[in-house]
Amino acid sequence: MARLARLALNDNEIEEYRKELEAVLQYVEQLRDVDVTGLAPTTQVTGLTNVMREDTVIDYGVHRDDLLKLAPARQDNELKVKRMIG
Amino acid sequence: MSQWLPIADIAAQVQSGQLLAVDLVERALQTIADKDEYKAIIATTAERARERAASIDASVKDGRTVGRLAGVPFIAKDNFLVFGAETTAASNILKGFDAPYQSTAIERLEAEGAICVAKANLDAFAHGGSTENSDFFTTKNPHDPTRVPGGSSGGSAAAVVLDLAPFALGTDTGGSIRQPASFSGCVGYKPTYGLISRSGVVAMASSTDVVGPLTRTVDDAALVLDVMAGQDSLDSTTIAADQKGYTDISADLSGKKIGVVKEYMGEGVDPEVKRIISESIDKMRAAGATITEVSLPSLPLSLAVYYIVVPAEISSNLSRYDGQRFAFSAADAENLEESFSKTRGQGFGKEAKRRIMIGTYVLSSGYYDAYYRKAQTVRTKLIQEFNDAFASVDFLVGPTAPTTAFKIGENANDPIQMYLADIMTVGPSLAGVPAVVVPAGMSDNLPVGVQLIAPQKQDRDLLSIAKAVEEVLA
Repeated sequence: MARLARLALNDNEIEEYRKELEAVLQYVEQLRDVDVTGLAPTTQVTGLTNVMREDTVIDYGVHRDDLLKLAPARQDNELKVKRMIG
Repeated sequence: MSQWLPIADIAAQVQSGQLLAVDLVERALQTIADKDEYKAIIATTAERARERAASIDASVKDGRTVGRLAGVPFIAKDNFLVFGAETTAASNILKGFDAPYQSTAIERLEAEGAICVAKANLDAFAHGGSTENSDFFTTKNPHDPTRVPGGSSGGSAAAVVLDLAPFALGTDTGGSIRQPASFSGCVGYKPTYGLISRSGVVAMASSTDVVGPLTRTVDDAALVLDVMAGQDSLDSTTIAADQKGYTDISADLSGKKIGVVKEYMGEGVDPEVKRIISESIDKMRAAGATITEVSLPSLPLSLAVYYIVVPAEISSNLSRYDGQRFAFSAADAENLEESFSKTRGQGFGKEAKRRIMIGTYVLSSGYYDAYYRKAQTVRTKLIQEFNDAFASVDFLVGPTAPTTAFKIGENANDPIQMYLADIMTVGPSLAGVPAVVVPAGMSDNLPVGVQLIAPQKQDRDLLSIAKAVEEVLA
């Protein structure tokens, strides 16, 4: 599960979380037998669907450099990341 | 007694020149420094606050209108993107993140002249009910420093009770405004889902996250809500504000139908909490309200629904913290895959990792239907029960939490016990209905808040009744 969530954990953490997740999953088991015949899952509580707006550029005074300077590593106008292959 | 006037009066006196915004800001900063031992604040935004105050005073001198919150200092929970300080959400992984833009809520408050003076502590990424999950430090309860202030907006609630500023902003995903309001002893308002824009607020669980005020009085909460409410093109889940606004509220209980939630008054509630809530309800009846008992049979399941739906949303919302575009990045990674997992492994605190893993599990192929889809369907059942209840009563009432503020460290090693503190607040969150907490009394020198709940979009009526309840309990 930690691998799927891209979380590097040490052995102690893995053991601790294993126990805690078991307890949480056991707690939520109470939903298993709830009768929900005829009900659909809720995905949006106030009944909004497909809210649209014009696709226009708004100038917030935020520029490319403001965002790039937040990055841990950059090269000119690009983000620099570690190598992906091999 | 508070050192601050009601918010509307402060703004009026700044406009008239009787009060100077610069003095108000200095007073707030001084109080923050004096009360530092409670650890409510992560950082001040002093420089920007002083500049804004000077500019407001200059505008007054020039005879210009400076807004309905002119010169009013406030404190924002540190998950709001605000100019003038880092936005960390009390997490190590966001340390050093200087917001390149501001949240809509802050923009709207600033447009009316309010001045953010500091950022308040919280459980990291708002995951928790005590501020003990803050990656930095735990805030102390203003009434007893050995106890928690509640959470996750614990710094904001403590800030209001310590009188650091006239109001504070919080966020509420499953009780994070209401429970600290009850534990620390102030008014906490959770609006209808979507009434205030979430743009520029660090996301926790997008289907229940709301922004709201923590204040000394219901009138103050109404004014702050009024300024922030309404649609925002930057948050497509926002809804329109009530055309009549939220400030013209009458405090009248006569003829109001209030349902006492049976499931909130049963086993597991501390007898002292129960006594204080029952006495409050008696006073509402004496003031003319019609009180009946109402049952929402699925309510006891709401915590299980919440602890599936919310971690699921957390796991996807927190996927953006990958160490590549902003904030913390692990230095010792060899390749991109390792950079992701080491950054997240090192940068996230214990509770964030716990919730990311629960969320990843309940959304994973093969378990999605059994957990996530089932929880969202039980959520529908719960919403129907709220609707049924509101067919016969105008409001629901009950406690905010089963206990008063617990000791620091008391629940730290037991996630289930910690999650149980949310049992009375997650229901309204899942249903998207508004709820407010008003101080109801003290048990052994610790505050207890009464929770009032209204149907969706009835925020105005909820504020009216909250004001009436505040009066009868005063």
